Amino acid sequence: MTGVVIPSVLRSLRGLPNSLVVGGTILLLSVFVGIFPSLFAPYDPNAFDYNELLSGPSLQHPMGTDNFGRDVLSRVTHAYKIDMQIAFFATVVPFIFGTTIGALVGYSGGIAEVLFGRVVDAVITFPFLVLVIAIVSVLGPGLVNMYIAVGVVGWVFYARIIAAEIKVQKRLDYADAGRAMGYTHIRIIFFHLLPNSITPALVYWMTDMALCILLGASLGYLGLGAQPPTAEWGVLIADGKNFMVTAWWISVFPGLAIVLTGLGFSLVGDGLAELLRSKR
Amino acid sequence: MQLIRFIFYRILHLIPTLLFILIVVFVLVRLLPGDPASAILGDRALDADVERINRELGLDRSMAIQFLAFLKSVLTGNLGDSIHLKVPVMELIQKRLPVTIMLTIMASSIAVFVAVPLAFVAALWRGKAGDIAVRGVFQVGLSMPVFYLGLILLTVFGARLGWFPVGGYGDGFLDNLYHLFLPAVVLAFSLSAILMRNLRSAIIEVLDAEYVQFAKGKGIGPGMVLIRHVLRNALISTVALFGLSIGTLLSGAVITESVFAIPGAGRLMVESIYGRDYPVVQGMTISLAVLVSLTFLLTDLVQAWLDPRVG
Repeated sequence: MTGVVIPSVLRSLRGLPNSLVVGGTILLLSVFVGIFPSLFAPYDPNAFDYNELLSGPSLQHPMGTDNFGRDVLSRVTHAYKIDMQIAFFATVVPFIFGTTIGALVGYSGGIAEVLFGRVVDAVITFPFLVLVIAIVSVLGPGLVNMYIAVGVVGWVFYARIIAAEIKVQKRLDYADAGRAMGYTHIRIIFFHLLPNSITPALVYWMTDMALCILLGASLGYLGLGAQPPTAEWGVLIADGKNFMVTAWWISVFPGLAIVLTGLGFSLVGDGLAELLRSKR
Repeated sequence: MQLIRFIFYRILHLIPTLLFILIVVFVLVRLLPGDPASAILGDRALDADVERINRELGLDRSMAIQFLAFLKSVLTGNLGDSIHLKVPVMELIQKRLPVTIMLTIMASSIAVFVAVPLAFVAALWRGKAGDIAVRGVFQVGLSMPVFYLGLILLTVFGARLGWFPVGGYGDGFLDNLYHLFLPAVVLAFSLSAILMRNLRSAIIEVLDAEYVQFAKGKGIGPGMVLIRHVLRNALISTVALFGLSIGTLLSGAVITESVFAIPGAGRLMVESIYGRDYPVVQGMTISLAVLVSLTFLLTDLVQAWLDPRVG
């Protein structure tokens, strides 16, 4: 069975851009680790071991231990769960909401479009992190509040991309045909125009997930995102920042996990964009 | 004449944007949990005192009138007092914002100095080892969090090697530059990655354009073609991108200042959030947003100057 499946999978991969294959592999592995962290973590991520404080990378602790004797590898592994969640939850609502609003705005045009333009102007005028920090300061620190803060701002970017696409699509013949057939506007927008406009938003979604991992880690580092002792990469780096000279491994390994995951998302984004260009 | 009209309309365009910024900040502040009166008086405030403070702050009036009052005080430069530091927020902005601006300017200069030559290398030797190496390094740079890179450089060049101070701002202009160098490099890294990537594809596009082929055909030397035709045209989209990245850059500055303990606007903002010092958060949010919209204006003008078609 596998003798047939694997070669055929490899054959279908051959036509894809390299960046998509490499990035996709990284992401699939990251998601797998995120779902089953216990398979990869040798220890309990929150277990203190006072006999192993600040010990360097070794066979027992490949990434060393922190100032409470917690195993860094186990903490980095368990953080996959939180950070992959951040990437998904912080972006999925803006993606759906922004796409819907963008489709409606792009299709209707007129006053809605003008108003929307003003909203876009205002949102891009705030440095993203500053606005998110300001919102988090109102709601209080924590992951859920971070999702809300990102959602309040993030939908605008999806809406802008979709609105521009729909504006082009609605003038094409098939949209006219739909109207001539007496279809409702909603049916034309969501069943005909949107499937033809969604790809740039999907590409942006990949970039956005990478950005949100960076953002989540940054807020975690500043103490405004995930709260300790939750294992989250930004929190882990902050935990180790005072030990950088004596015990670099506490901060360095979680950072490498961020870089690797971010790389996965941006490679997939690049690969998707390349694939779409060559299809067109 | 055209250009003057463009500038005039562009400045006019700033007004609704600034108004919107103020509305957003106004609404945010009204959403705060708990009322300002108890924040000022503490948990054991008497009802009568709360009422008095609310009257003094104008919080018993309608939203519209409150907004007009807010608008008036912002326009006259009165952003209230810091709850913890007991000084006018405006004074804090005047002291802290220039530090952030200097950090951002330094970072942008470093980014441009790094990105432009490397983009040429990558574009002219497309697909060769140099191109792949440059793009590989910057691909990693795009996925690297600012605070992580900052922490590593701070440890290696500050604590271990002792080449740079381990934070702070120093006294005097040159000392400031010296203190800001490492943080500026950190901030510049991801910006130069974005600029390099864009400039590289812009250069490739321009190199293939007919007018460049024509200029070469006329016998103009390759160096001259690169500077006069390729660089100028490739820069146009880069300037636009630069304007759009200023928000990201300032966001990065907030974090960098926290990592390097630089007394700038960003660090003050983060500290004020820990201390629930809302007037400061509000003032900093407004001033950073205004800074961004002014940068947008500036980049639009530079773009109009580089490319007459924009005006």
